[in-house]
Amino acid sequence: MVGLVALLVVLGILGLVAIVGIGIYNGLVGSRNQVDNAWAQIDVQLKRRHDLIPNLVETAKGYMKHERETFESITKARSAAMGAKSVSEIAKSESQLADALSKFMLVVENYPELKANQNFLALQEELTSTENKIAFARQNYNDQVLFYNNKIQMFPSNIVAGMFVFTKRDFFQVETALEREAPKVNFS
Amino acid sequence: MWELIRTNKRNSVLLMALMAMVLLALGAVIGMATVGPQGGLFGLGIAAMVWLGLTVVSLSSGDQILLAASGAKRVTHDVHPQLFNVVEEMKIAAGLPVMPKIYIINDPAPNAFATGRSPQSASIAVTAGLLARLNRDELQGVIAHEMSHILHRDILYVTLAGIMLGSVVLLSQVFMRGMFYGSMGSRRRYSSDSRGGSQAQVVLVVIAVAAAILAPIMAQLLYFALSRRREYLADAGGARLTRYPEGLASALEKIAADPSPQLAAANAVTAPMFFANPFKKRGQKGLSDWTSTHPPISERIRILRSMSQGVSYKDYANAYASVTRGKSIMPAAALADEAVQIRGTQAEPAKEPPPPKQIHDVGDIMRKVNGFSFLTCGCGLKLKIPPKFPSDTVRCPRCSRTLPIHS
Repeated sequence: MVGLVALLVVLGILGLVAIVGIGIYNGLVGSRNQVDNAWAQIDVQLKRRHDLIPNLVETAKGYMKHERETFESITKARSAAMGAKSVSEIAKSESQLADALSKFMLVVENYPELKANQNFLALQEELTSTENKIAFARQNYNDQVLFYNNKIQMFPSNIVAGMFVFTKRDFFQVETALEREAPKVNFS
Repeated sequence: MWELIRTNKRNSVLLMALMAMVLLALGAVIGMATVGPQGGLFGLGIAAMVWLGLTVVSLSSGDQILLAASGAKRVTHDVHPQLFNVVEEMKIAAGLPVMPKIYIINDPAPNAFATGRSPQSASIAVTAGLLARLNRDELQGVIAHEMSHILHRDILYVTLAGIMLGSVVLLSQVFMRGMFYGSMGSRRRYSSDSRGGSQAQVVLVVIAVAAAILAPIMAQLLYFALSRRREYLADAGGARLTRYPEGLASALEKIAADPSPQLAAANAVTAPMFFANPFKKRGQKGLSDWTSTHPPISERIRILRSMSQGVSYKDYANAYASVTRGKSIMPAAALADEAVQIRGTQAEPAKEPPPPKQIHDVGDIMRKVNGFSFLTCGCGLKLKIPPKFPSDTVRCPRCSRTLPIHS
């Protein structure tokens, strides 16, 4: 009789541990998927930037006759970014594209007629927003990675994470020093 | 962040449990006063039924009622691309699964609110006045604040608490009116007949009257406490989402300085849903902190401006403590040590329009919402064409040129 009760108690505890473990496991899988999804979101926004560029160039070309180099560098950076395969390649070419676009936006300041064009203004808003969306998608990715990594390292979810080999993810970091540094202003 | 939401949830549940107790106790006391000592359970049942009924209605269609009551119109990307883009940016930053529905309210007072039961079915509404006055960064701050409300599920709590407040007010009103009319007629005879214990009955009635007066006040104070706390949290969340507290701070500053009359479509129960307190009073400084749905705007601005180290929840809590000297808004245990940097200003495509133009902007935004199209004539005159304009062409009233309308 006593043995039976002891057996039942042990079984009950084991069952409880299993249920908690399943809950933790599902939570881990959920947040790992969140990380993957956040990463995919960055790609969605990058693709949107690629799609936007031909329209932008087409609209601006008529007004900016003397800026062939600017357009060429944008178009080249775009095709390089679209052809990039590996993660480091993508990061490098995308930051070059972002660089080319921000230079273009500076040049636009010299063309008041272009800045009065409704069509161009709409495209400019889309481009600004897309740049923001890329930044926010990266930010969200890092937030999700932080949450996931915390979960993997903290007790008690670290036990389950260790059993089923959940590995730490890396944060997204801007590769080039160019994007990290604030633009230098020269007052001399 | 998630721990914070969980702790906050616990606090809100506690506050709501207190409100529920106020509601049920009121019901019981009223029941005992009107029916007799054994009527306590009966009154309790009535109170619970009123509460449940209101809860079901507002959970199933509360957001639709609120949006319809404020005259909000659903808009698409074409109507106001910037608003749409900013909401999408914040949706991405918050990692929300679906895009919230976007509404514009025809009102010159700058304000905004979010509604909806869950992050999956949320709506964000902004007034035309807000769109006309804020620049991109400020609009982003406001939207981020609303997005935090959605993310923290504040709307659900505020709605539930609002319903409880409504039930308490309803019950005590009905009782007081019943007392007033009842005391003139046959009520006294009934109670003295019951068991000769009229002494006890009178005491009970006095208690019930006191309860009917006090309960709404108590419920309201609890409601305000819940709402204020959540405003601070939404500010903290908004700063964290944009990584740019200055945008939110300067939006608050513009709203505080705005001379427009108060929002037409706001009342005591919907007030906590808005970005800034829709009831602006001249002596707002004199208003006690206890009796307001929103923290004082100046304090919200000062907290945001003093976040110089970073924009995590912890930084907000520190800023809060330094501005209000001591009080704590968030449980320290819930604050993860994370380093969240402030970013610089984002590229601003268009400069702010000069002030005189802004009143026109409110009208133009609303015309766009209502399906007007715009034409610019060669002479520089801007024509506003209403939807379903009968003709294909229009003559410019200034230079009599004939312009084609492409719909």
